[in-house]
Amino acid sequence: MSGSAPTAEAPVVTALFPRFGARRLLVLGGLALFLGGTILGDVFAVFILHPNADRIGQALVAATAAVRQHRTDDAVQDFTAIGGFLENRGTKVDAHAHMIGFGYLAMLLAILFPWIRLSDAASRRLAMLLITGGVLLPVGVFAIHYVGLDYSPLESIGWASIIADGAGLLVVIACAGFLAGFWRQWRAAEPPAEDELLRDRSWAGRVLMAGGTLLLLAGFLHGAWYAAIDLYSQEQQDHDLLATMADSASLDPGPGLIPERAGAALNAYGALQADHAVKIAAHSHIIEFGLIALMAGFFQPFVFLRESWKRRWAVILLLGSVILPVAVLLETRFGLVAGGVADAGGVFVIAALAGMLAGVLRYTGRLDALAGSFAAGDEG
Amino acid sequence: MKRSQQILAIAGLALAIWSMCYGFYYAVWVEHQTLDGIGGALAAGFQHAALRETAASHASLADYARAKYVYTREVDAHSHWIGLAMVLLVLAALWSRVSFGERARGLLAAALIAGAYAFPLGVLLQNHLPGRVGVAGQGLAIGGSVLLICALLLVALGFAREPAR
Repeated sequence: MSGSAPTAEAPVVTALFPRFGARRLLVLGGLALFLGGTILGDVFAVFILHPNADRIGQALVAATAAVRQHRTDDAVQDFTAIGGFLENRGTKVDAHAHMIGFGYLAMLLAILFPWIRLSDAASRRLAMLLITGGVLLPVGVFAIHYVGLDYSPLESIGWASIIADGAGLLVVIACAGFLAGFWRQWRAAEPPAEDELLRDRSWAGRVLMAGGTLLLLAGFLHGAWYAAIDLYSQEQQDHDLLATMADSASLDPGPGLIPERAGAALNAYGALQADHAVKIAAHSHIIEFGLIALMAGFFQPFVFLRESWKRRWAVILLLGSVILPVAVLLETRFGLVAGGVADAGGVFVIAALAGMLAGVLRYTGRLDALAGSFAAGDEG
Repeated sequence: MKRSQQILAIAGLALAIWSMCYGFYYAVWVEHQTLDGIGGALAAGFQHAALRETAASHASLADYARAKYVYTREVDAHSHWIGLAMVLLVLAALWSRVSFGERARGLLAAALIAGAYAFPLGVLLQNHLPGRVGVAGQGLAIGGSVLLICALLLVALGFAREPAR
């Protein structure tokens, strides 16, 4: 069994990773937030994303038909409906992205914890604040679409938004506190304690770190390529296609609810939105997975699993991290088949992280048991 | 802990805080109004088209395109700042494994920090610098991203190198 099984060093290791301590809260809370965000993303992609896109397309067709028939009120209603569908999509994407982002932040602070000079009580409070804000903000954002402006004291911001914004403030305060801790350590004369997380050179750790760096680089290069080649032309096409729909429905002669030119523009607009969405999703996911692979590489000493299982989970995590963005990019060409493969990639990542989280939980359980037996021995 | 490592960690956390403050300000005071503006302009474009008011329809759709351009860059700046803050923090933790001398690592850290702050700033400036001056924002964004990519390539090289004995 590997995972730096605590034995004679238990009291020392326990001091670095104490029960109900800030670092343990940050590791477990961060991994749980990342896992929760990834599961939410996968559920969203499978059950909401595509039906929502279809509804937006149908509403746009209806709006074009309303223009053709001079039904101005109906056109406005169709766009109100589109606004609702976009809000539904946007809030779920935001909840997913923020949950994962706060998971990263918690894990990073856990890694850098030896360089933060704060009292146990203060760091524990800040960790609690960060995790609480990290949970409440995505929950608030998720609820925006359902709560709306009901009973809100403000004109354009509802209760769910107010809760989400307040939770964001909690995270900012927690980060400012940790930054002050960094600053105090920098100013202090004595060096920080040696730390196992920063020393580990295991196979799984090295593979995860090398793979994570390569994924980050690939994401950066893909983003630069997208910004240079696609971003501006897609923005222009978005405007031009909408103008063609409106003009054609308004001015083109002949019968039919949707003139040929407007129909072609509608189809092209759908393809454009799909192309834009898959490129952004591939870019953001490859970078997200690169970061999580790097961080998971650090946590390998805390993963109390057999060495073969640690290696297996590392490879599965990297495999899923490559499969998901590549399959997402291929979705416009191969449709649902590629979508299914992308979802499977997401499941690989979730399974690997759940496996590692289980390993960390086993480690903490064993650490606490050993610390308890040491304490009992001392008393004896 | 080396100086370059500490600067990278502090710069990363400061960037994360800055980005969250910007996101908080944006969510409370700007985003809802901007989204209403985008939706309103698009609906107005089709409403005018239904009334056969072509010029007004074109004007509304141009407003929509402009508002969406601005919104995209505002959200991009926020998400890239926070993402790059995470990259700086994770690299700070890994810094001892970058097998270069302290002077080279200092320069590398400076390049990463400059790129991480400048690239999203350039993206955001495209909204605020008018006409030809707006190209300066684009230039800053391109320069920042090139700096980041080159620095990250060097970091990867530093990881791959044999550590000095």
